[in-house]
Amino acid sequence: MNHSQAKATREKDMDSVGIVIGWTLRIGIAMSSTIIIAGLILFYIKGQSGYEANRYPTHIKDIMQGCFALKPYGVILTGLLLLMLTPVFRVGISIIAFLVEKDYLYTVITLIVFSILIISFYIGRMA
Amino acid sequence: MSLLVIKLIIVAVLAGIFGSVLGLGGGTVVTPILTLMFGIDINHAIGASLIAVIATSSGAAIAYINDGITNLRIGMFLEVATTIGAITGAFLAGFISSSVLYIIFGLFLLYSALAMLQKKKAEKYDLNREKALANKMKLNGSYYDKNLEKEVPYHAVHVPAGFGVMYGAGVASGLLGIGSGSFKVMAMDLFMKLPLKVSSATSNFMMGVTAAASAGVYLLRGDIDPQISGPIAIGVLVGATIGAKIMQRMKSKTIRIIFVPVIAYIAIQMMLEGLGWKW
Repeated sequence: MNHSQAKATREKDMDSVGIVIGWTLRIGIAMSSTIIIAGLILFYIKGQSGYEANRYPTHIKDIMQGCFALKPYGVILTGLLLLMLTPVFRVGISIIAFLVEKDYLYTVITLIVFSILIISFYIGRMA
Repeated sequence: MSLLVIKLIIVAVLAGIFGSVLGLGGGTVVTPILTLMFGIDINHAIGASLIAVIATSSGAAIAYINDGITNLRIGMFLEVATTIGAITGAFLAGFISSSVLYIIFGLFLLYSALAMLQKKKAEKYDLNREKALANKMKLNGSYYDKNLEKEVPYHAVHVPAGFGVMYGAGVASGLLGIGSGSFKVMAMDLFMKLPLKVSSATSNFMMGVTAAASAGVYLLRGDIDPQISGPIAIGVLVGATIGAKIMQRMKSKTIRIIFVPVIAYIAIQMMLEGLGWKW
């Protein structure tokens, strides 16, 4: 089997799940990197971070407020936040993708992973 | 100022290539470089390395999934083990001395690195029984190896052992925050006998989830400094995209030759950390 044939077979085999996950990652990365770069450029144009020296927001609410106020560090952190959330979105969307594919075994497995992730967020917040 | 950003991006591109080829996530190199070469404090360096891991994972996964190297089902199945392990690790943190664990995990990793050096022997196991479990859980597949220029079929064996090592990888990341990528590749390559490229790509794919689970804590703690993590994220995304292309054309043997000393280095670093040596 040559490359193109092999690739064609695999693409036929490759379920919609791979395509959906691929696009989730693409969108997540495109959005987060655009926002981070915009924040970095803003930082150079303004010449200041929008916060006191060596200070930056650490809570989601403050980060979002900083972003809307076009404070450079707020914008960069919004991009970083989106980057961090991309893998979580990826798992969430996989649940639906496996369900659509009628792969119930993996719908359940992914649901378990997603639930554990959510639990770990709460444990993280308690700690 | 802008010089620092350029330097950070260059380092990050290299870390992204390195991490995406080996399946280690790129965090391994970011922390020591930022602390030793840039004089950045350890907390901000660890925060940036977490960002590097997430960026490598998602960045490389786009190419690896598109080219069919990542096995999504194996990744998802094993994520059950790593996420449960991570929670266990977080709970255990209060009860067990981490120095003992550093030494235990370090020794295990060193042993595994040496085992990876040996030629894969044809082991005696009930292939049909192993295949039955792999088929049931759909832990098999094939990928097109651009170096060998042929389709390589595979199926997972020793699934319970692989699952166990993955659980250990989760515990290690939850408890110690480092070295989880190395355990993941090890579990798939050494225990489940998957091709190294599939192991590396799938490890990379999984790593983003494990890292994202703990990212919130680092953010609240103020470890994600936008001035450092921003440029690192951009550089790593570029590096991971390049790395995911390079890796597919590399010989598996070459990847293995780079991989083993890196793992040995991480193992020794873990043991030294356990003995109280700080770098």
